[in-house]
Amino acid sequence: MKLKELESCLQQVDAFEEPKILLEQYPTSPHIAACMLYTIHNTFDDIEGKLVADLGCGCGVLSIGAAMLDAGLCVGFDIDDDALEIFKRNSEEFELTNIDLIQCDMCSLRSHAYAKKFDTVIMNPPFGTKHNQGMDMQFLRTALTMATTAVYSLHKTSTRGHIQKKANDWGVKMEVIAELRYDLPASYKFHKKKSVDIKVDFLRFSTT
Amino acid sequence: MKLLTHNMLTSHVKGVTKGYPLLIKATEVKVSEVEFNPNFVSRMIPKLEWSALVQAADGLGHLQDLPAELVTDYEKNEEFLRKVHRVLLEVEVLEGCLQCPESGREFPISRGVPNMLLNEDEA
Repeated sequence: MKLKELESCLQQVDAFEEPKILLEQYPTSPHIAACMLYTIHNTFDDIEGKLVADLGCGCGVLSIGAAMLDAGLCVGFDIDDDALEIFKRNSEEFELTNIDLIQCDMCSLRSHAYAKKFDTVIMNPPFGTKHNQGMDMQFLRTALTMATTAVYSLHKTSTRGHIQKKANDWGVKMEVIAELRYDLPASYKFHKKKSVDIKVDFLRFSTT
Repeated sequence: MKLLTHNMLTSHVKGVTKGYPLLIKATEVKVSEVEFNPNFVSRMIPKLEWSALVQAADGLGHLQDLPAELVTDYEKNEEFLRKVHRVLLEVEVLEGCLQCPESGREFPISRGVPNMLLNEDEA
């Protein structure tokens, strides 16, 4: 599947109907999702035939893309009923059989809950900007326990130095695969601008 | 909820030391066709708690001829891998619940999604 085809398919994925600000719900744009997945698949071969986890999956755009790229199975994790409802609807519409879902709170998992169960973790975690500071690092920490090969994640570029230090502490290798501009259209009433560009790093973490 | 996913799930209710495996009480089960990838199935096998898988499949009435003990040299055994594939990926629990073997706490499964969220007093 070509990048443009993947992006085109992902444009059909329904996003949050009424995003919940405290959960920091923002959809991952089809363009960013497609670029991420395409790289993970073509450059690193970490999707096809692999057991993939999508943490904070929301409405499922990353999982659906991974499933289309023939993941052995992609398991989405999210806390929110409404998001999971939309994810279900999406996966039914796309008639995907290699997707599963778990409703849970990523921040209150025991450290060994899913340890080393997955080949790859893919995620666009909450950035920790809404009274949930540090949430991005919690997600990352959990993701690293779950994956045997690699963790792919999006984080604010402004936190790159901090994350690199943590990666060193944890003994994992961090690569900045790309710097993206995350275009966030006004989705909450308090948003004053029509849209805003946030500089975001697409990172790959591995144990080797 | 597929049985590959179920195989990973544990109860973390406060005070519980052995929250695995979760007992499946299913009211609706579906079997669908999923593309067979022998390499994927073969790589998943070492990660599985085999007896928990057999117990889960049996409880759903979908054990068929899956052996109670893992066979040796399964990597090239296509017939065996197909049986495992069916149980891991094609059998899905749509409605029902998962019961913690120690505390008895039930985690509901609704539209195929197990809800593992704990209440404040259980976490």
